[in-house]
Amino acid sequence: MKKTVSRRNFLKGGLAGTAAVAVIQNKEAHAAQSFEGYPEGMGVLVDLTRCIGCRSCEAACNKEQELPEPAKPFDDYSVFDEIKHGQKRRTDETAYTVVNRYDVPNLDHPLFRKIQCNHCQEPACLTSCFVNAYTKTPEGAVIYNSKVCVGCRTCMIACPFYIPTFKYSSAFDPRIMKCVFCYDTRLKDGKPPACVEACPQEALTFGRRNDLINMGRQRIRETPGKYVEHIYGEKEVGGTAWMYISSVPFDQVGFDTHVPKEPILNSVKDFLAIVPMVLTIWPGLFVGFHLLATRKEKIKEQEKEDKEGQV
Amino acid sequence: MQARKRIMQTALAIAIGGVLIAPAQIWSMDAEDAPESVTIDSLVNLYTGVEFDHAMHVDYASCQECHHHTTGGEVVNPNCARCHSTSGEADEVTCTGCHATDRFNETYIRTLEAPELYHIDKPGLKGAYHLNCISCHETTSGPTGCQDCHTMTDAGEKMFYTGKYSPAKGHSAPGH
Repeated sequence: MKKTVSRRNFLKGGLAGTAAVAVIQNKEAHAAQSFEGYPEGMGVLVDLTRCIGCRSCEAACNKEQELPEPAKPFDDYSVFDEIKHGQKRRTDETAYTVVNRYDVPNLDHPLFRKIQCNHCQEPACLTSCFVNAYTKTPEGAVIYNSKVCVGCRTCMIACPFYIPTFKYSSAFDPRIMKCVFCYDTRLKDGKPPACVEACPQEALTFGRRNDLINMGRQRIRETPGKYVEHIYGEKEVGGTAWMYISSVPFDQVGFDTHVPKEPILNSVKDFLAIVPMVLTIWPGLFVGFHLLATRKEKIKEQEKEDKEGQV
Repeated sequence: MQARKRIMQTALAIAIGGVLIAPAQIWSMDAEDAPESVTIDSLVNLYTGVEFDHAMHVDYASCQECHHHTTGGEVVNPNCARCHSTSGEADEVTCTGCHATDRFNETYIRTLEAPELYHIDKPGLKGAYHLNCISCHETTSGPTGCQDCHTMTDAGEKMFYTGKYSPAKGHSAPGH
């Protein structure tokens, strides 16, 4: 009798193959997980104890990035009282960075927090973008290419900090508006971004990310009691180029302290790893199943035909 | 002649002895060595320069509060004292002598590589002024608003969209 692959064995083989691919894919996933960012990547350390809420960074950003005229002057501090949809001010298509005021209980003075793109080491916007409009440059910036953007806005959903915004005023020429670390005009020439240069208090310290972590630790260590012992962004979402130190717990000054300590990508990596497998192996596998399932019927049909022929 | 010679010798001995046994503090600077006022104009493109009344500020703060360990007095800050308790008066006591005007230039950032370097976090000139001035002004009720010390220039008003560049009333930013 001619030895054929039984249906059972074929299924077993198919499953083993699938499992093998899944294992290999997982290995790759682990390799990607250990990416610690570009060694020479730059960043900014934001010291909340130094910020006085002067909004010079906002003005400098507006000028540098040629953003439209603001609704109120940059030395108008009534913006700190603005609440939209129950929230403090956020970045939008007219402002890549905003400063908000936080009145912390039991503190005799308010604290100010500047927000902008944190330029993640492994950006969720980048991994979510299916046309590769985002790039993490070796200098540390997460930049964006409007030429390939299709305006799907997945990046806006993917960002754990709600930073990318959509230029709704030009929906047919899709454009995401977000801080680009002044990459084109400054960072790629080794210069600090405009906001950092404008800050009178040096609340924003520009430097290599690795050096900034050391600076942050030195400040925390050498002025006991001044800071909480944490650098926000050192570990959050796998590390960000912009990091913060604060005198009060971070959740009291608007930070999301529940973001994972690993890249957002890791939450979806296992699923994403299956996608190519599904696309490449499954068609062959299921065509095989189909052929096997219909083989007996075909043989019967053939036999029937043969019998009819003989008659 | 003899008597005169003896007097000269004694005077010389006293002079030399005085130099040898003088405590270090004698060599520290005091307010009389300082200029009456200092012109601070590194932000002159956005804000008018400031005429800093040094003589007046001497009454409010000790030398060390602004000059750290460089004027030769007793070093108060424990972090400075770790190395500088006996370093005496420095060759350079001006702010610009230590605090760079372009703090974040590439060469400076490279120097932070030196593993033995303690001063990895020295503020630039602008940061040094504002951090020191404003924190003290807050406790001594000195001026703390931007334009309380330096008024904006035309370029400054343009950048901040203020003064004659203020956005028109009723105007609102585009967007949803």
